[in-house]
Amino acid sequence: MTEFFEVGELSKAYPGVQANDRVSFSMDAGEIHALLGENGSGKSTLVKMIYGIVRPDSGRMTLLGQPHAPANPSVARSRGIAMVFQHFSLFNALTVAENIALGMHRPPRARRLDDQIRATGSNYGLPLNPNARVGDLSVGERQRVEIIRCLLQDPKLLIMDEPTSVLTPQETGILFATLRKLASEGTAILYISHKLEEIRDLCNNATILRAGRVVATCSPQEKSARELAEMMVGSSFSAPERPNSAFGEPLLEVRGISLRPGPTFGTPLKEVSFTVKRGEILGIAGIAGNGQDELVSTLSGEASVDSGDILVSGASLGRTSLESRRRLGLLVAPEERIGHAAAAEMNLVENAFLTGADRMELARFGIANWRKARKFAEAIIEKFDVRTTGAASYAGSLSGGNLQKFVIGREILQDPLVLVVNQPTWGVDAAAAAAIRQALLDLAASGSAVVAVSQDLDELIEISSSIAVLNNGSLSQPRPVANYTRDELGILMGGTHDIRLTAEESNDSA
Amino acid sequence: MDLSSINPLLLIATMIAASMPIFFAAIGELVAEKSGVLNLGVEGMMIIGAVCGFVAAVETGSPIAGVFAAMLAGAALSLLFGLLTQLLHANQVATGLALTLFGLGLSALIGQSYAGIKPPSFPQIGFGTLSELPVIGALLFGYDALVYASAVLVVAVWWFLGRSRGGLALRAVGENQDAAHALGYRVVAIRMGAIVFGGACAGVGGAYLSLLRVPQWTEGATAGAGWIALALVVFSSWKPFRVVLGAFLFGGVTLLQLNLQAVGAEINPVYLSMAPYLVTIVALAAISGTGRGAHLGAPGSLGKPFHASG
Repeated sequence: MTEFFEVGELSKAYPGVQANDRVSFSMDAGEIHALLGENGSGKSTLVKMIYGIVRPDSGRMTLLGQPHAPANPSVARSRGIAMVFQHFSLFNALTVAENIALGMHRPPRARRLDDQIRATGSNYGLPLNPNARVGDLSVGERQRVEIIRCLLQDPKLLIMDEPTSVLTPQETGILFATLRKLASEGTAILYISHKLEEIRDLCNNATILRAGRVVATCSPQEKSARELAEMMVGSSFSAPERPNSAFGEPLLEVRGISLRPGPTFGTPLKEVSFTVKRGEILGIAGIAGNGQDELVSTLSGEASVDSGDILVSGASLGRTSLESRRRLGLLVAPEERIGHAAAAEMNLVENAFLTGADRMELARFGIANWRKARKFAEAIIEKFDVRTTGAASYAGSLSGGNLQKFVIGREILQDPLVLVVNQPTWGVDAAAAAAIRQALLDLAASGSAVVAVSQDLDELIEISSSIAVLNNGSLSQPRPVANYTRDELGILMGGTHDIRLTAEESNDSA
Repeated sequence: MDLSSINPLLLIATMIAASMPIFFAAIGELVAEKSGVLNLGVEGMMIIGAVCGFVAAVETGSPIAGVFAAMLAGAALSLLFGLLTQLLHANQVATGLALTLFGLGLSALIGQSYAGIKPPSFPQIGFGTLSELPVIGALLFGYDALVYASAVLVVAVWWFLGRSRGGLALRAVGENQDAAHALGYRVVAIRMGAIVFGGACAGVGGAYLSLLRVPQWTEGATAGAGWIALALVVFSSWKPFRVVLGAFLFGGVTLLQLNLQAVGAEINPVYLSMAPYLVTIVALAAISGTGRGAHLGAPGSLGKPFHASG
């Protein structure tokens, strides 16, 4: 019997790295197949080869018994392969219908396309307005655009690259209902995710990659999430432990701060108030674009508030500069690793100097002490297990997870009174994420106050003492983690974003 | 001061003629920028068009041949820009500035022996008795062929960008080059096309200047019109019909100030000559600064270098 889709001995090398080394796996029609692996294990290279963005060095693929060697994505699309990208391949200034037409092999006329979008949308519980501009949509709605773009081409094989990393639990439920329905109609789905519990819930089979090779194939339902993680990493690692400690005096008090929206799609902050005590980790949950960046930049001092006040150890910050906030002990690790937290074209010593100059006394009378800065950078690299060829490497040459460890480590080693981190483990593999979470817990245990802004609910539940939810610029009252159910959090995060659930689908997602 | 000597009908007609050079240059640059390419060499391409059009018209005796020569010359210069920025990944801003300087220098060299010569005059389109009609005759039927061509061009560009599949691909490339590449669009090829179109339009704009507007060749004849065209694209929020509006405004104020100078208005002529630049920029800044999402016109990948990876 010929398999529905088969990958045989596929290899691809980039200069200096064997991205895929004789990778083989196969899928049946209607199968949901997970592709697991850490960052840099070769998952994206593999799917890029299937989708025709990258050409393999050797090996073969067969789809429905026919050889499959797409020269470019349009060939792959015409053969029934569709892909939803991790970083959405959408055009913000264009409408939903225009975005969908761009990804289609032979798009119909505008009027008919609008009808098709509405019809497919209601069929799969993914309503969309074809004439809305994509830049105005929520993240969940944007993903719907990508999915409908794929569905309209009637795909035989659908590739999904980390589709749930930005969704609320409710949106994830709807997505899974859609995927199960598709699979039951015979579409094969190749599903990439870091979220092991989701994979156990959704997928029939899993192929696990490590360093470009297939290390295991298994049925994820039969394994625990921990076993899966250990297969990915190749060794056992410990989940973060939360030390029990009583909280001390308030270190960071935010009193009713408001911020008017800026020129580019800014979300206004509305009377945001919270207090973080010594030893406490406050998790701020919420979907991206609900005011996280605005909140973090008012704390860092990049934006000055219109009203309200921020106090560190009881002292009002007012309009104090970024540098003096750092001197007071309020440190911030922003979300964007490259371009905001670190400069890609500068080496790690220079990057360490950029935020550490004052607190680590890396400069005297305005003259940089590079020897001291190098020692500081090396300390970060050693203490936080940053995998790099040395302190002289450029920040841009590090993988996402390693740079994130460096960025967080750089702030933690400066012994902050208050540390604010935004999306600390976004796009970071399981082992590095666990290390970062542990470091935040240790920091709090050593007597700092931590504010962790994250979209990843599991992460916040794991590390936070209490959680508040940011939704459209308003912050809910922080409550201890134990007092929430996941559904409550999801609803606070903006719930279902006006998706009308049919009874059947809500059963599926429950 | 005798304002009655300014004939409003004649003013409108000449205003349209005065706006043509920057209109052509701006509509071409608009298409290039929509595809994500910032070509600061508009001034250079215009003046190369002006001199080549002039030389070709004088040598062949045919102004139409001049316009085509200008188109080719502008396109050739923009092709150079395209090769440098798209294939060799040179910096767009620096290359564009260099292109302007290069164009100004080369045009001076080419035009050296053509100063003071009168080019063959441009044929009027005969509308017969229609142009004899009072008011309407002068307003609608009294122009040269290029004015009518410009009207067709703006509608064509608007239709292409907003309604056609090719235009959608072009906008997509300008909006998010990586996504367009991932979907299988040929970013560099689309951009090269847009750059060359921009160059050809700038060339025509230049030829309009040297063959029709002021029918003679003088060194530096464009006098910054290319820069105004560049500003026009930004302030019109990358919308074709707003480019027309801005070009008319610029042409209108240019003429008005010339007329005011001619009738001896008691305003320092220095201020009057500044007026067209100031009024155009202020008016367009006011338009583009109001209304929600007005800033969204800027293509997301404008001026970013593109390297196909993987």
